[in-house]
Amino acid sequence: MMQGNEACVEGAIAAGVGFFAGYPITPSSEIAELMAEKLPQRGGVFIQMEDEIGAMGAVIGASLAGAKAMTATSGPGFSLKQENLGYASMTEVPCVIVNVQRGGPSTGLPTLPSQGDVMQARWGAHGDHPVIALVASSVEDTFNQTVRSFSLAEQYRVPVVLLLDEIVGHVNEKARIPSADEIEVAERKKPTVPPDQYHPYEPTESDIPPMANFGEGFRFHVTGLSHDRTGFPTNDPKEIDQLIRRINRKVDRYRDDIIECREYGLDDARLGVFAYGSTARSARRAAYLARQEGIKVGLLEPLVLWPFPEAEVFALAQKVSHIIVPEMNLGQIAHEVRCSCRGKAEVQSLTRVDGELIRPAQILEEIREISR
Amino acid sequence: MIPYEDYLRIEKFPHIWCTGCGCGIVLKAIIRAIHRLGLHKDDVVMVSGIGCSSRTPGYVDFNTLHTTHGRAIAFATGVKLVKPGLNVMVITGDGDGTAIGGNHLIHAARRNIDLTVVLYNNHIYGMTGGQSSPTTPSGGYGTTTPYGNIEQPFDICALADASGASFVARSTAYHAVQLGRLIEQAIQKRGFSLVEVLTPCPTYFGRKNRLGLSIDMLKWQKENSVSVKSAQKMGPEELQGKVLVGVLVDREKPEYTEEYAKLIERAKSKEEA
Repeated sequence: MMQGNEACVEGAIAAGVGFFAGYPITPSSEIAELMAEKLPQRGGVFIQMEDEIGAMGAVIGASLAGAKAMTATSGPGFSLKQENLGYASMTEVPCVIVNVQRGGPSTGLPTLPSQGDVMQARWGAHGDHPVIALVASSVEDTFNQTVRSFSLAEQYRVPVVLLLDEIVGHVNEKARIPSADEIEVAERKKPTVPPDQYHPYEPTESDIPPMANFGEGFRFHVTGLSHDRTGFPTNDPKEIDQLIRRINRKVDRYRDDIIECREYGLDDARLGVFAYGSTARSARRAAYLARQEGIKVGLLEPLVLWPFPEAEVFALAQKVSHIIVPEMNLGQIAHEVRCSCRGKAEVQSLTRVDGELIRPAQILEEIREISR
Repeated sequence: MIPYEDYLRIEKFPHIWCTGCGCGIVLKAIIRAIHRLGLHKDDVVMVSGIGCSSRTPGYVDFNTLHTTHGRAIAFATGVKLVKPGLNVMVITGDGDGTAIGGNHLIHAARRNIDLTVVLYNNHIYGMTGGQSSPTTPSGGYGTTTPYGNIEQPFDICALADASGASFVARSTAYHAVQLGRLIEQAIQKRGFSLVEVLTPCPTYFGRKNRLGLSIDMLKWQKENSVSVKSAQKMGPEELQGKVLVGVLVDREKPEYTEEYAKLIERAKSKEEA
């Protein structure tokens, strides 16, 4: 038995987290509290910063010094972190940001769930920036997705946002935690050239430049300004174009390796449900109950929201007449699903923004309505 | 002879600073301090925020990090905690360090983490074109205070002192030799150190306030500065409007990364028990 926020901490430790900086905020505070207890026992560093912005800054500094680094927050704090999150995208500094979503906008509902930050996770920072965002629907998922967040961050040199919600963060349930030898974590690629030949933003064949750590003999420059391959500011349109396209291509070209979905009963489905996070739990139950009534319903549950699983949704759209998208917001992902369907299936957005979770009965009712 | 060029990224020159700007004088003083202390370039990390002063790291051959506006101290805190053996310096200005970044400044001083902050105070936002800053004097002019500044300025050293810094000093671009020595002391000090440097911005602050050319502003610094030692023999009236230069605070306090190392030992022994 374990709580979601606790599983997040255990996952981070299993992935080798060396640094955590945070600021108290409900409903994510358990993550910081457990980190404060457990990280020093493993020689790592926990620091409670003076604000959310400072926590994000410290995480980036720690990562540049060579640590696997993370922070955890919720809606209002996630808003404050956006500028430095964009900095991490631009400077290609690996880091993990956990957002245990609560009701918004503004201070909203500190103790109640929401999925209102899914678009902010993609577009919260200004400018065209790469980001990877993962979701989790159970305590066990939370452990595994936290491990994967670190892997993806280190491998692609990109900030990874792990979107939990108040339900997943606070639920206590059984979880199978893999043993240490079952866990694989990708590490950042180190330079193989001598320091005088090292360019921190060299556009390599893979689009992911090797990353040196501060204090290890590679005296490089890092700036959030548009920079050339050497890391220094530039106004050269060719260099700028190459940089902005490359940092975004890093995620786009590897989308098949990054995207991960779960499927339930899609083989013979006539009607689809696309649900993520804690809502996917209700959707799974609703699909099961509908099948007992003879309605052939299938569920597509993404484990990665950004990059968006367009191809997977399009494949589903070709099989089913309708796709129901239940979510605890006003249809942020339904819009994305609609685009991905390219008119092949009708998209039904099912929304809830009152702080209550979406129950199986609500989804089942929608399924019955459509199949009638 | 100080081999300045050994510490510079010569290929990145010419620099972006205006004619008569004080930033170059401070840069040279920093290099002198680092050279005299014999620090290895690989072991120096220079972190800055946004503004004219914050462009300094681009010109020096260290591990350099040009961050977001006001956040240099937060980034530096992360670097220092992961690699406490590195010498982590923060370059900031009056706007970057005490307006948008004021919260990080006071809390890093309170924690007493071993960072060396060199704060270039030119009393104005230079890079964005001459807006008034938290250190623009009352009655002073900037592009956002066309009728004169009605706010009271910060005393940055008093702020650092009250926040708990281990070492606080002030100097000016005119007192370049003293400045280098003060930065040297600040780097050596275990704990949070801040050196405030008054630097001339003839382009904006000088022009908006009719203070003349850079040389006139440097002369003003010479004529209006009083050393900490001399000030002890002067009354409050004599000190009115003067700039106190020298070491203002030098005290022993527990340093954060050292305390953290102890905490790790305690946590480990507790887990084993």
